[in-house]
Amino acid sequence: MRPEDWRKLGLRDDEYDRIKEALGREPNHLELGMFSVMWSEHCSYKHSKAVLKTFPTTGPRVLQGPGENAGVVEIGDGLAVCFKIESHNHPSAVEPYQGAATGAGGIIRDIFTMGARPIALLNSLRFGPLTDERVRYLFAQVVAGIAGYGNRIGIPTVGGEIYFDPCYQGNPLVNAMCVGLLKTDQLRLGKATGIGNPVILAGARTGRDGMGGASFASVELSEETQAPDIQVGDPFTEKLLLEACLELIGRGDVEGIQDLGAAGLTCAVSEMASRGGTGMEIELAKVPCREEGMTPYEIMLSESQERMLLVVAPEKEAKVHAVFKRWGLTSATIGRVTEDGMLRIRMHGAVVAEIPARSLTEDAPVYHPEAKEPTYLKSTADLPLAAIAEPADYDSVLLKLLASPNLASKEWVWRQFDYLARTSTLVGPGSDAAVIRIRGTKKGLALTADCNSRYVYLDPYEGAKIAVAEAARNIVCSGGEPLAITDGLNFGSPEKPEIYWQFRQAVAGISEACRVLETPVTGGNVSFYNEANGEAIYPTPIIGMVGLLEDATQYCTPSFKAAGDLVVLLGETYDELGGSEYLALIHGRVQGKPPALDLAKEKALHRTVLAAIRQGLVRSAHDLSEGGLAVAVAECTFGNQLGAVVELARGDLRTDSLLFGESQSRVVLSLPPEKLPALQTLAAQEKVPLRVIGRTGGDRLQIFVDGNRSIDRSVAELHTAWQEGIPCHLP
Amino acid sequence: MKFGVIVFPGSSGDLDLYHLIKDVLEAPVDYIWHEDTSVQGFDCLILPGGSSYGSYLRGGALARHSPVMAAVTAFAHRGGLVLGIADGFQVLTEAGLLPGALYTNAGGRFHCHSTTLRVENPDTPFTRNLHRNQLLSIPFAHGEGNYFVDPATLQQLEENGQIVFRYADERGQPSMEANPNGSVSNIAGVCNKTRNVLGMMPQPERAGEAVLGSTDGLAIFLSILKYWEGRQ
Repeated sequence: MRPEDWRKLGLRDDEYDRIKEALGREPNHLELGMFSVMWSEHCSYKHSKAVLKTFPTTGPRVLQGPGENAGVVEIGDGLAVCFKIESHNHPSAVEPYQGAATGAGGIIRDIFTMGARPIALLNSLRFGPLTDERVRYLFAQVVAGIAGYGNRIGIPTVGGEIYFDPCYQGNPLVNAMCVGLLKTDQLRLGKATGIGNPVILAGARTGRDGMGGASFASVELSEETQAPDIQVGDPFTEKLLLEACLELIGRGDVEGIQDLGAAGLTCAVSEMASRGGTGMEIELAKVPCREEGMTPYEIMLSESQERMLLVVAPEKEAKVHAVFKRWGLTSATIGRVTEDGMLRIRMHGAVVAEIPARSLTEDAPVYHPEAKEPTYLKSTADLPLAAIAEPADYDSVLLKLLASPNLASKEWVWRQFDYLARTSTLVGPGSDAAVIRIRGTKKGLALTADCNSRYVYLDPYEGAKIAVAEAARNIVCSGGEPLAITDGLNFGSPEKPEIYWQFRQAVAGISEACRVLETPVTGGNVSFYNEANGEAIYPTPIIGMVGLLEDATQYCTPSFKAAGDLVVLLGETYDELGGSEYLALIHGRVQGKPPALDLAKEKALHRTVLAAIRQGLVRSAHDLSEGGLAVAVAECTFGNQLGAVVELARGDLRTDSLLFGESQSRVVLSLPPEKLPALQTLAAQEKVPLRVIGRTGGDRLQIFVDGNRSIDRSVAELHTAWQEGIPCHLP
Repeated sequence: MKFGVIVFPGSSGDLDLYHLIKDVLEAPVDYIWHEDTSVQGFDCLILPGGSSYGSYLRGGALARHSPVMAAVTAFAHRGGLVLGIADGFQVLTEAGLLPGALYTNAGGRFHCHSTTLRVENPDTPFTRNLHRNQLLSIPFAHGEGNYFVDPATLQQLEENGQIVFRYADERGQPSMEANPNGSVSNIAGVCNKTRNVLGMMPQPERAGEAVLGSTDGLAIFLSILKYWEGRQ
């Protein structure tokens, strides 16, 4: 082997030495290829592993934490929820429709691999500004790709979030989350156990597509980046594979199962063997291929979609093949589980690779890169409020904020998703969190994905904390008790000390928030190298959270429901404009510190809101986030076109902070006047500040500050601005 | 009476229909596999929504060649009740059991939202619990629901009372604005000449429980049950 052979595959010189040590000899070309994909950042987490170990991952409900295909938490009645978020950023930058579609396909497989029936999809998307033509193309195609896959497979896409910022111009983010439901006794793991057990490959045939995708995901994008053939998604085959696998798991016919994603067969055989403490003998001539003459290298590294690897007991082998046949799928026994811990890959009997399974997985390199506080923070940290002129016309500021694509209605997107499939969606997209019922029980789940990456950019630790808190607040405002999170950690190159510092700080912030809010991390995904032409994206740790409603009918939504209700603000407002949408949009500044977050106060707020919803005190609840109080109240008026009159006292705050500041731990509620004393009692117990700020009614939103009319517009006009915010940029 | 829900590869509305009939209506129901060649023992066949064969080629174009479709066709010709919903509607037009064709939505995109349907003909086994011009709130979710027939066939459909549902606005007018997908004459559902086969793009099984926001879809299933009672 010459240095260019391994360097071409993305391996470092010292990594090559390590491979020689693991094998006790020089690797052949196939073995080198297998190491290169398994030791890529995407598969090995070599730059993140050490830091991820600091996450809180345990809790009374956690059945399966990180390390498997997805996390699992118990919800009672013998049921559990399985969920995970995953990125498909680089493929989506190159071929947005297929990139997004196969992103959805991959995460769905991760869920049914665990024995869970997928019941909901969410997505978290980031693009450059919609004023750019290529961004509009990427945006429309990514949405179409998610719809094309999710809709065809019959899993509702119930929620998500989208932001637009120049930092994502060359490197969009496409993160997909899937949630599944299983009986706790049907949990299956990706373990190869039972010496001599047959190893079965099922689903789509193996082709030459997606070779080296894992490595492609592990470099920065630039003009010169050579993209591999992007995989093409086939939701129809996936639907059949899903039904066949769940039928087999339901009947107890499967010992271990794992989907084939990044690094294809190489990853599946090495991870299953490694987790089971076993080895495998694989005969590549038995792999059903799409084309003739595929080489061992191509078969082992292909990332063809919609494939599953199963380990079954010998007496079940024929039955398993029969079930796949019934569903119209190809399946073949391609090998056996062995006890020596070696992966022995043969082609027509001849050994073509022989590698200790663990050397590809657990024994992959772990790096502790240098971390250094970014210099930009010195210039962004200080926000001289005196230099920010207060606007003369608050009406027009509110209209501009509502029309900002970051805050505007995302209906143009979610109308393209079948969010009603499975007839279980109680609250669909466009609310704080989605709520789905669990048929056959009283229970429901609240689901959300959240991250304000501008906050994380300005303070990675505090910003990441806020992402967790906001996700939990969204769950709580929908009537759910936050259970656990999955994280989609999207960053630039970890080999740059300033990026690595952002990563470490963000993980620490998530960890602290998850500890206090009692929502353990059950798994997730790290996507590094999100850079285009040397510029990194804002650090974007997306928090996917699942919450539980013991009684699904006790959900809550943001819309005002009845005229004459009181409008109540819980929480305290400060002069906090740092990192706000208002500051960016109106004043063109991405500056200051994100709003402060006191997690104990946040938790007290959650207890108050949840108790108020469960006791039937409130008719609506909406968390305050981007755009602050004025935007939140405006959003509450839209659902039923029911206005409100709000009267605020400024105290020593600036008026713009009061209206548009994004102070944390705040929620706006509406309730019948006679329920106020009970709500006051709850808030007092938890020491949560409570102010009655107005009353619902009429068809206008009027906000008075110290008796002066600051905002006075018809709900219809505000609603139109909000609804048109995205479509007005599109043809 | 017993309902049969046909399961094509790629169907997904089958699970929801089964749930509605069994748990909400508490009526007998069973799945029918696409490779079955007999539909004996069933009194009403439902072709569900979803994406049979991935909606590849055209929605319904491949499923109509399933072995079970010969039995479905014979059943329909004998006067048996057949209801096709969304993808199932596409299969019925492809199989020639219903007139017309379903094109890609005007605008080219998939849409999911609630629609208002106006009952055009209450004199079918599927609508006898409804009255003319009654408005129903039933959601739809499809990318290929743009119903087309030529003008001559349209006139025949009108004359024969084969137009069962139209998309309408809140005032009950089948206006341009209320037409979500470009369908000819706002048609949302049609039946055959003998009125025992109905196809509709909106999905009544998604409007069958108050918790889901509408129970207007139940009337269609209750009509079928009432019709069957009357026949006994």
